[in-house]
Amino acid sequence: MKNRNVIIGLAIFVVLITIPFWYGAGKESKAPELSLDTPAIQALDEKKCIEDTEFMRSNHMELLNDWKVQVVREGNRIYVAEDGKEYLMSLQNTCLECHSNKEEFCDACHDYSGVEPNCWTCHVEPEEVK
Amino acid sequence: MGLGFSFLIACALILGVLLGVEVLGLNYLFAVIIPYLAFGVFFFGFIAKILKWARSPVPFRIPTTCGQQKSLPWIKQNKIDNPSSKAGVVARMALEVLLFRSLFKNTKADLHEGGKLTYQWEKWLWLFGLIFHWSFFLVIVRHLRFFLDPVPGFIRILENVDGFFHVDLQALYLTGFGLLLAVTFLFLRRVVIPQVRYVSLAADYFPLFVLFTIAATGILMRYFSRVDVVAIKELAMGLVTFSPTVPEGISVLFYIHIFMVSTLLAYFPFSKLMHMGGIFMSPTRNMANNNRAERHINPWNPVVEVHTYEAYEDEFREKMAAVGLPLEKELSKDEAAATKA
Repeated sequence: MKNRNVIIGLAIFVVLITIPFWYGAGKESKAPELSLDTPAIQALDEKKCIEDTEFMRSNHMELLNDWKVQVVREGNRIYVAEDGKEYLMSLQNTCLECHSNKEEFCDACHDYSGVEPNCWTCHVEPEEVK
Repeated sequence: MGLGFSFLIACALILGVLLGVEVLGLNYLFAVIIPYLAFGVFFFGFIAKILKWARSPVPFRIPTTCGQQKSLPWIKQNKIDNPSSKAGVVARMALEVLLFRSLFKNTKADLHEGGKLTYQWEKWLWLFGLIFHWSFFLVIVRHLRFFLDPVPGFIRILENVDGFFHVDLQALYLTGFGLLLAVTFLFLRRVVIPQVRYVSLAADYFPLFVLFTIAATGILMRYFSRVDVVAIKELAMGLVTFSPTVPEGISVLFYIHIFMVSTLLAYFPFSKLMHMGGIFMSPTRNMANNNRAERHINPWNPVVEVHTYEAYEDEFREKMAAVGLPLEKELSKDEAAATKA
């Protein structure tokens, strides 16, 4: 009786603690490879985002948030990048100009890591523009 | 003594990661080998400990009771605090595990002038204990988003509820801050209250330092010093599918985070943290108080050789009769005749 309860308890523990191991068992999980194949990027001489890739990968949300504050509250629309180049602070006109492939670019990583950014609660999703 | 020792150990662990990752470049060790080892120690250590505890004898029915026992029909029984049935035990256990009911009854004792003893309302330990455990549990569940691909819907729902409040444009997870706040309280409580400090050992402080570092690095990575989340998920998925890779560009903060989690896991089976499994095995909690209704015989009572009075009289009946001692069973006629002769 007592032993039966212990075995049941341990079985529940084992099943719960090993969820990650059996949930996707047999399936391969690959980090998404971002597609940079858009007409605007292909037309660039130097294929480089406004800041370097590593920075953009981890900090793009912070950058966008800063842009929002700068534009909406300070009325400042010019972003000066690390290398001195100037850009218009605009999600739709700057970011999405090059990265016009939201599904293969934005959504690929966000879906993979379970992130739901709330850009599109205000901004129009690029597909709808066309 | 215990405080300083634990603090030094925790600092040494953090410095070890910094040195190992930043200077020696042992990324694979800290991201793959140590987490695997730590999980193995946790997994098998936990099971071994529970099995060891399950083997220890519980010879007596010793439930603690805090209410009226089941008695005559017109006396109202306290069915949860003095359970007499399995359902009562389950209810009591569930309330204990999920809501820390016995801790809710905590009071603060004070001795006043003239030897007057008073008991005061004290719910802070219960409150922060509850915040700590529930926050930690929900934080762990939320972290499944790094280990499951595709991310299941219930995790999204949990994230939305937990991140109900937004600061700027991003969700602020209440459980993350709840965890840090509660750990800080539980630590300060040990340091500030002299009586509690007196009974606190290194084994009490150390898990708090480890948990504090885990929560602090987690919050730093999420709100202050951004990390490459996709690379981290790639690493996590590599671990759970047994094809580990270490992507480039993961911040050292993450290595501190995962190393402290590994430390906690490896430390778990050998420490007081085992109360996670142990609470279910508390003999004073998981038994019904039916001592008077049912007879419980100690299952490992040894066989005792007894010499009953009956056997004694059988052995000495003739001698007893001869000296005129009273007998429960009189001598038969033949025996009586033999004695006289």
